[in-house]
Amino acid sequence: MSAKSHSAVMLRRNLRHITRNPTSIFNAVLMPIVMMLMFVYVFGDAFDVGVDYIDYATPGLMLLAVCYGLGAVATSVNSDMTKGIINRFKVMDVSRGAVLNGHVIASVLTNVIAITALVGVAFLLGFDPAAGPLDWLGVAGMIVLLGFAAGWITVALGLAAKSPETAGMAAVPLVMLPFFSSAIVPAEKMGQGVRQFAEYQPFTPIIETLRGLLDGAPQTGDLIAAIAWCVGITIVGYLWASSTFTKRA
Amino acid sequence: MNVDLTLTVSRLWFIERNLREPSKSPMPHLCQTPCQRRVRAGTGAAPIVAGMSDSAIEATGLRKAFGDKTVLDGVDLTVRTGTVFSLLGPNGAGKTTTVNILTTLIKPDAGTVRVAGHDIAGAAKAVRRSIGVTGQFAAVDELLTGRENLQLMTDLSGGRRTVGGLLERFDLIEAADKPAATYSGGMRRKLDLAMTLVGDPRIIFLDEPTTGLDPRSRRTMWDIIRDLVAGGVTIFLTTQYLEEADQLADRIAVLDQGRLVAEGTAGELKRRLPGTHVRLRFTAAEPLDAAARLFDGSTTDAEALTLRVPSDGGTASLHALLNRLDEYSLHAEEFSVHTPDLDDVFLALTGHTTKVDAK
Repeated sequence: MSAKSHSAVMLRRNLRHITRNPTSIFNAVLMPIVMMLMFVYVFGDAFDVGVDYIDYATPGLMLLAVCYGLGAVATSVNSDMTKGIINRFKVMDVSRGAVLNGHVIASVLTNVIAITALVGVAFLLGFDPAAGPLDWLGVAGMIVLLGFAAGWITVALGLAAKSPETAGMAAVPLVMLPFFSSAIVPAEKMGQGVRQFAEYQPFTPIIETLRGLLDGAPQTGDLIAAIAWCVGITIVGYLWASSTFTKRA
Repeated sequence: MNVDLTLTVSRLWFIERNLREPSKSPMPHLCQTPCQRRVRAGTGAAPIVAGMSDSAIEATGLRKAFGDKTVLDGVDLTVRTGTVFSLLGPNGAGKTTTVNILTTLIKPDAGTVRVAGHDIAGAAKAVRRSIGVTGQFAAVDELLTGRENLQLMTDLSGGRRTVGGLLERFDLIEAADKPAATYSGGMRRKLDLAMTLVGDPRIIFLDEPTTGLDPRSRRTMWDIIRDLVAGGVTIFLTTQYLEEADQLADRIAVLDQGRLVAEGTAGELKRRLPGTHVRLRFTAAEPLDAAARLFDGSTTDAEALTLRVPSDGGTASLHALLNRLDEYSLHAEEFSVHTPDLDDVFLALTGHTTKVDAK
């Protein structure tokens, strides 16, 4: 049996896991929507961002939606390693990559579903982007790229953690990171130090790219930086995950 | 149980040797005696095996250390096709490490292993295709149902057995569509073993298959294992339960601190050790004292009115003992033969009991 079909079996298994675990569905899909309602209705009017707040916040919340699903991914990767099922797969000669691919692809698919739902709700709240079909395609591409980067780094974190509980914690920084970017409020409104951090951290160019695409006017500089960050993080995450997997399993 | 004479004599020798130097000497590897030939008692389907080529598992000189800690220190073992081989030892003896090496999960520091005729170093894939492993902790997917777990194995292995058939065989039909997380320990073990059987392996490794199970589930598991053996499957079983090895295994190897300290059938291990005795209970002190004078080395318990007479438990010596009682017109109220259990064997072989500080 090929590695590809093993990956497909593993993906099916991981998707089943997600549907069986209400907490992970809530965190990955509903939580970003709750955050959106909160920011738009509760805090939104307090922020002066120059445009309609829903238009400003939606790209940032898309990124938040990617991050919110990650805790469950790290936990589930770690459970596979610590609960013995990995030994069964190894003795069955399941390709090692298939196990990790399954987790990453399931994570990306969850992201896509979560963001589709989020954007749907955004439209209901009056989201009015200027993006054309090509821009939307760009948004989709950016999200998938981000999904893979976040997925691989999270799988690596999950593999490196000692227990499923600590694995869940390891993904928390990734959930916090969007708040220290221009996702919710523009970086220039932040205090010294935080502002510099926000300007140079990877999520800011990614958000700015999404914002540009949705406005129908992407900035080449942001786009290149965003793609570079995503590809870089994917490679680091992949290599880290693979070596940890070989060492541990 | 028929045991070749040469084997018996040589085993006697090594057990005596081990008794003299209880903690140090690993026993010489007896399975390599070329004349070994045995018939398993109990099951009609027992294959009669002879010669070296019928080995399902052959390991020589296995060594493994994790950092400074030596876990296996030169282990040799041979398991004949169609038999149950039990590796018996306390926690930390190296049982799981042995299983992990034999099943290609970890590499030994030294030594060679052939499983189903394939070298684990050079032909790991071929080994994996021939074996099934049920580890110490039930490796089931808790979020999936029993049926989905089996289907997962079928999808991954191109399994030859049907999911429905396995569910039925293991009495899991009612629970088939419930998540495995809701299963009891016994059901989980059964599902785990069923998952192992999907690929129809001819050699099955069971690492402490009944640890943590209640007595009833343990019996069920034993029955399942016996069924597998009747179907000609070779089983490599580790256990820390002496009774389990006694119940299931054709041959038992005792592992202690990374070395095999004894090997043989349960009966052989028990018979060859001092401690087997006949117990006679009398109705009064007088015949008890009279009998005590008849047998050298006997000990009396005046309160219980019992006499312990050392014996090998064989019919000849029992006959002699009863005749002698008769000769002197002594009548015992009760007569029984006591054989040491495997715990006693373990103590005698290793110089310490099986109780080791929990990890």
